Amino acid sequence: MTLAVFSILAVASVLAALLMVFSKNPVHSVIYLILGFFMIAGLYVLLNAQFLAVVHIIVYAGAIMVLFLFVLMLLNLNKDNEPKKSALWKIGAAIAAGALTVTMVGALKGGMQLQQATPNSSVGLVENLGKQLFTEFVVPFEIAGILFLAAMVGAVLVGKRDLKL
Amino acid sequence: MLDIIQTVPIDYFVYLSTLLFGIGVLGVLTRRNAIIVLMCVELMLNAVNLLLAAFSTYLGDAQGQIMVFFIMVVAAAEAAVGLGILVMIYRNTKSTDISLLDNLKY
Amino acid sequence: MQSLLPLIPFLPFAGFLINGLFGRRLPKTAVGLIGSGTILGAFLLSLAVFSDVRNGTAMEQTLYTFLHVDSLQVQFAFLADPLSAWMMLIITGVGFLIHVYSIGYMHDDEGFWKFFAYLNLFVFSMLLLVMGDNFLMLFFGWEGVGLCSYLLIGFWYENRAYGHAARKAFIMNRIGDLGLLLGIFLIFNTFGSLQYREVFEGVANYQNNAWIPTVICLLLFVGAIGKSAQIPLYTWLPDAMAGPTPVSALIHAATMVTAGIYLVARCSSLYALAPHALEVIAITGLATAIFAALIGLRQNDIKKVLAYSTVSQLGLMFLALGMGAYSTAIFHVTTHAFFKALLFLGAGSVIHALGGEQDIRNMGGLRKALPVTFWVFVIGTLAISGFPLLSGFFSKDEIFAKTYEHSGALWWALAAISGLITATYMGRLLFVTFFGEFRGTEAQRAHLHESPAVMTIPLIVLAVLSVVGGFLNTPHFLHLGGSEWLSHYLAPALARPATPETHVLDARTEWLLMGITTVLALLVLVLAYAVYVVRRNVPVADSAMQPIARLLANKFYVDEAYDFLFVRPLEKLSKMLHYYADIQAIDGVVNGVGRASQLLGAQFRKLQNGNIEYYLLAMVVGAALLVGSLFI
Repeated sequence: MTLAVFSILAVASVLAALLMVFSKNPVHSVIYLILGFFMIAGLYVLLNAQFLAVVHIIVYAGAIMVLFLFVLMLLNLNKDNEPKKSALWKIGAAIAAGALTVTMVGALKGGMQLQQATPNSSVGLVENLGKQLFTEFVVPFEIAGILFLAAMVGAVLVGKRDLKL
Repeated sequence: MLDIIQTVPIDYFVYLSTLLFGIGVLGVLTRRNAIIVLMCVELMLNAVNLLLAAFSTYLGDAQGQIMVFFIMVVAAAEAAVGLGILVMIYRNTKSTDISLLDNLKY
Repeated sequence: MQSLLPLIPFLPFAGFLINGLFGRRLPKTAVGLIGSGTILGAFLLSLAVFSDVRNGTAMEQTLYTFLHVDSLQVQFAFLADPLSAWMMLIITGVGFLIHVYSIGYMHDDEGFWKFFAYLNLFVFSMLLLVMGDNFLMLFFGWEGVGLCSYLLIGFWYENRAYGHAARKAFIMNRIGDLGLLLGIFLIFNTFGSLQYREVFEGVANYQNNAWIPTVICLLLFVGAIGKSAQIPLYTWLPDAMAGPTPVSALIHAATMVTAGIYLVARCSSLYALAPHALEVIAITGLATAIFAALIGLRQNDIKKVLAYSTVSQLGLMFLALGMGAYSTAIFHVTTHAFFKALLFLGAGSVIHALGGEQDIRNMGGLRKALPVTFWVFVIGTLAISGFPLLSGFFSKDEIFAKTYEHSGALWWALAAISGLITATYMGRLLFVTFFGEFRGTEAQRAHLHESPAVMTIPLIVLAVLSVVGGFLNTPHFLHLGGSEWLSHYLAPALARPATPETHVLDARTEWLLMGITTVLALLVLVLAYAVYVVRRNVPVADSAMQPIARLLANKFYVDEAYDFLFVRPLEKLSKMLHYYADIQAIDGVVNGVGRASQLLGAQFRKLQNGNIEYYLLAMVVGAALLVGSLFI
């Protein structure tokens, strides 16, 4: 049963990704990507990474994609009329991407012995993650805060119309 | 609910993740609209997140999920700043076509 | 005395340094005094050396080891034996007189100090040449005199033609030097040393096949051909008259050109092993003697006549060497130094009086205006023509006699003919220049004056020497108390004459030969007088010459032939090589490397085309390759 759910979610996410890439209308692309994110969130749930799933939806689908939509609306790009690329280029891109994919699959697959003493079922839970985050990874955590500060300042500055601070 | 470990071999997650990553790469190389390119980059990041989370579950180690957490942080910051730059470019060139940005040449 | 030996060449060298470094700021008197004084000092020291080696012993003095490579060890050392002592006397003695003369002759020249510096350097090199005790020292001096010859011929360097003449002299010398060098290499290869003593000891014990000494001797003679202006390398000497007249007197009459004679005389024991080489020398000498004398018959520049005369007399000296009469050749070197220097300095006096005029067709009747010059010139002319009892008479006669002894009547006749032609052109020169009406311009006539004492006194000294110099080596048969002193003096240093004792001429034949040549010479002089003075015949202008005269006046077109055969092809070859090897090949390669890197860079630059999609593609491909190479 889990396998079935996994398959459905996987296929759906791949389809969503493909539709996003090949869609002409950028708004449609955004919608498809949101769909894809939801599928991935489902996969997270399947993996018992509950915290991650929720955060994924909040941050990605809720914030980043909304941001994309805002920008799309700002630029008034509802119909994409970009000039088409030459077929040669597309074939070349496909080959390159395919090569990369195949290479990575080849690098990653096989010979992976996963020894788990006991399947730790509490790995994805909030408390566990929180404990790890605030003890072992507290420095990266704080630095992530500074990163956000920098990003905020940068985004505000970049978005100003005139440069008088 | 951890029968996923028994029913779904890790290889499937590897294939799925690399496939999503490859599609993202294809999108980056194929599309000309800067916004679509940025979205494809998000897709690539998500593929990586997925794989990390999978390994975290299968190995029973929380560090994978911590990494995902931080990747999300960085992705968010990057999306914000990237879109800001995009708006600025649009203001200057009146277009989001990335092939128009070719001044960094010899 | 031995330790003073190095002082002899180093005095002139010191003079060169002082005049060369400081001469520009010194007053002209000081420059002249220093320049001449050093030579006088060298002459006095040479006299002392001469008196020490008179009994035949040799002096050696080594300064330091100059070269020590494997088995070759060469010392910077001096050898004073009878031969080199005699040459030292000639060089410093005649050199001193010419230096004194130059004080007057070059007085108005801006480069006065340079002139004396070069002259001193020349004397230094020439002394190294004759005083060295090994072939490398000889070569040092050889090259040094060649250099000084170049510097002095082209002394008035602003005139391009003079520079070309200097260059021509140097290059022709160089051609000869190649032969000399090859000869020296062979000597080292055969005898294992370059020092005279060791080489000649090896020669005395030499038992192997005879062609090696013959080759060595011929190669050394090639060097002598270049330096002493024999056929075919003689054309530089007439052109060298571009230099100031004292230079012509010192270098191209008395000393440098005799270096070849000295070389052959020094290696006389080596030449005794190679009779074929001696034959070559004799033929070359005789041919040159006649050839140059013929050209001299129709030259109209006073110095050119004397130049061809020098070439001709050198030919006679080589003829003597070829006959194995080495001391005779040195005797003629001595007397020739006297009267040829005298003639050149006399010509210089004439040129000085006429303000630079050198064409004898514009001279004439100078004997009243320039009495001293006239009388010394007469003495010189008589000496070179073989007037009885003057120096030239004895030395030439000895050459002719030895020729008859060694090779018979035909050679003697040819040599005598060259002597007759000599008398002819010298008579022509004397009579056209000093007799008859003055043919120059009015301005020159007003300016005519005898030379100052500083110039006439050396002339007088040389005239006296030209008169009495013959008595150095008077032959026995003349019963004049002659002692053949020079031959006996030089005998320890030279090989035995080639003619075995049985062929010595009897007194009657000697008297006969001498009588014939003397009478004919006097006849020729009288004829010349008749033609040029009584009948007032003047050499015609260039355009009006008869064909044979034109051939002689144009030096048998030898220079033109050389130009056509050697100079032009070499120039073409040089241009071709310049174009193909230098410009196309070497420059091509060097520039090609630059151009290649430029092209390569231009191609690499295209990677940075600013196209984002291209960059992205490159990134993806690179990542794929990276992952592939690292993990698979």
